[in-house]
Amino acid sequence: MDLLSDPDNLDLYLTGFSWILRLTGAGALGALVLGVILAGFRVSPIPVLRGFGAAWVNTFRNTPLTLIVFFCYFGLYSTLGLELSEEIDLNNFWLGVVGLAVYTSSFVCEAIRSGINTVSAGQSEAARALGLSFFQVLRMIVLPQAARAVIAPLGSVFIALAKNATIVGTIGLAESSNAMKTLINDNGSQVILIFVIFAGTFAAFLIPTGYLFGWLANRLAVKR
Amino acid sequence: MSTDAVLYDHPGPRAKTRNMILTVVFGLGLLALFYWIYLKFDEKGQWAPELWKPFLESNTWVNFIIPGLIQTLSAALVAMVLSLTFGIVFAVGRLSDHWWVRVPAGAVVEFFRAVPLLLMIFFIFYGLPYINGGVPVSAFWSVVIGLTLYNGSVLAEAFRAGVRSVPRGQGEAAYGIGMRKNQVMRHILIPQAARAMLPVILSQLVVLVKDTALGYIVAFPELMQRGVNDLGANRANVVAAAIVVAAIYIAVNSLLTSLANFVDRRSSRRGIRMQRTAPTESLPAQALDASFSAADGVAGARNQA
Repeated sequence: MDLLSDPDNLDLYLTGFSWILRLTGAGALGALVLGVILAGFRVSPIPVLRGFGAAWVNTFRNTPLTLIVFFCYFGLYSTLGLELSEEIDLNNFWLGVVGLAVYTSSFVCEAIRSGINTVSAGQSEAARALGLSFFQVLRMIVLPQAARAVIAPLGSVFIALAKNATIVGTIGLAESSNAMKTLINDNGSQVILIFVIFAGTFAAFLIPTGYLFGWLANRLAVKR
Repeated sequence: MSTDAVLYDHPGPRAKTRNMILTVVFGLGLLALFYWIYLKFDEKGQWAPELWKPFLESNTWVNFIIPGLIQTLSAALVAMVLSLTFGIVFAVGRLSDHWWVRVPAGAVVEFFRAVPLLLMIFFIFYGLPYINGGVPVSAFWSVVIGLTLYNGSVLAEAFRAGVRSVPRGQGEAAYGIGMRKNQVMRHILIPQAARAMLPVILSQLVVLVKDTALGYIVAFPELMQRGVNDLGANRANVVAAAIVVAAIYIAVNSLLTSLANFVDRRSSRRGIRMQRTAPTESLPAQALDASFSAADGVAGARNQA
């Protein structure tokens, strides 16, 4: 039972999940901002922007996140010398956030674009008839309505993001999966308990979050 | 459907000029971005020919990339077959009339959908040998079992949605001619659900191919391990290797995605044709609904990644 009573282990566990929480928060914010901009690009009247958006989405949606995070560290940082913080842990953290945000933004973009498709054409036709420009139509008419339709898909994108945050462990951040690995190697007799605790923490947070997003999506859905 | 063009008017002379100006501005911005990236690479000597030349040598392909790709694809295929089985079993379990089957099956599916794949792979790879008496689990099976549990759970949910999208009359008619529950499931519901879910299954294959890259973390010699890590270490060209391998992943996954879209279009077209040829009213309309909801399911499943 010294697995549970050792304060070092508790510290490992809490540090691990606080990194996951921070990665998820920062990654979600970055992915949301990038994703909305990309979705705007993909429906814009300017072909260069549409092409750029499509290329971005197809590139990052089809590349494994492991490879993207790996590239952020060994490519951007080690080889090309991009340093985001003096501190090693924080530098790894921000490199991980860049990887997560870039990868997730392509899914956010696609979710929003399919949300835009659910807004009935009459809405933007009416807005255009009033003389609103493309940007105004998007900002004031279409996106607010699309936002209510994309809650469920965005919810599953962000839940996936929280789980994907463990991959940043690849570049040496002591997040939950690395913490679990350390504990397994130190306490071989209690591996099941260790797995149940770590996996259970994810399940305890993410399953209710899934239901919450489902409930929100239902509540805010545009009734047509 | 093409809301893209609904968001803005057909350009008149002023809008044409404005679009042209914006195109030029963003085009130049993009070129500047690429030039900046080029300069950054140049600064660090990343365009040096010896970093890129390995990709012209057969040794690189024969010893690193192709064996890696074969491992990646075989892990993805084995995991696909296993997760289809897992998915069908647990979807049927979750649809069971007995609570003592339905509740555990639901719990298993919900649990494995919520746990990061990497945790499962670590548990199987590092933890399992402590339980099973020290027999090591190979990296291949760690990855495949992890992928199966996760994607199987996702597919179980997709199948459940598929079975539910089959018009109720199908099941009722089957019961009406005296089939037992087992037969109704096997002969009537699952075959129809599987066809409706085929695009989802294919796009889940993309997720599988991408997730095999996690095998790199437990030293499974798949495409990323061989093509980026090992080759990059051998030739000191990590950046070049990562770019080439990313291109291979993108090519494989784009192929699978376009296959999924093709199947998707085909199955929804067949739904429409069914409506035209069948004179009865209510059934084909529902069949059409089913194929549309399957199309929605594709978008949903892609977001699962």
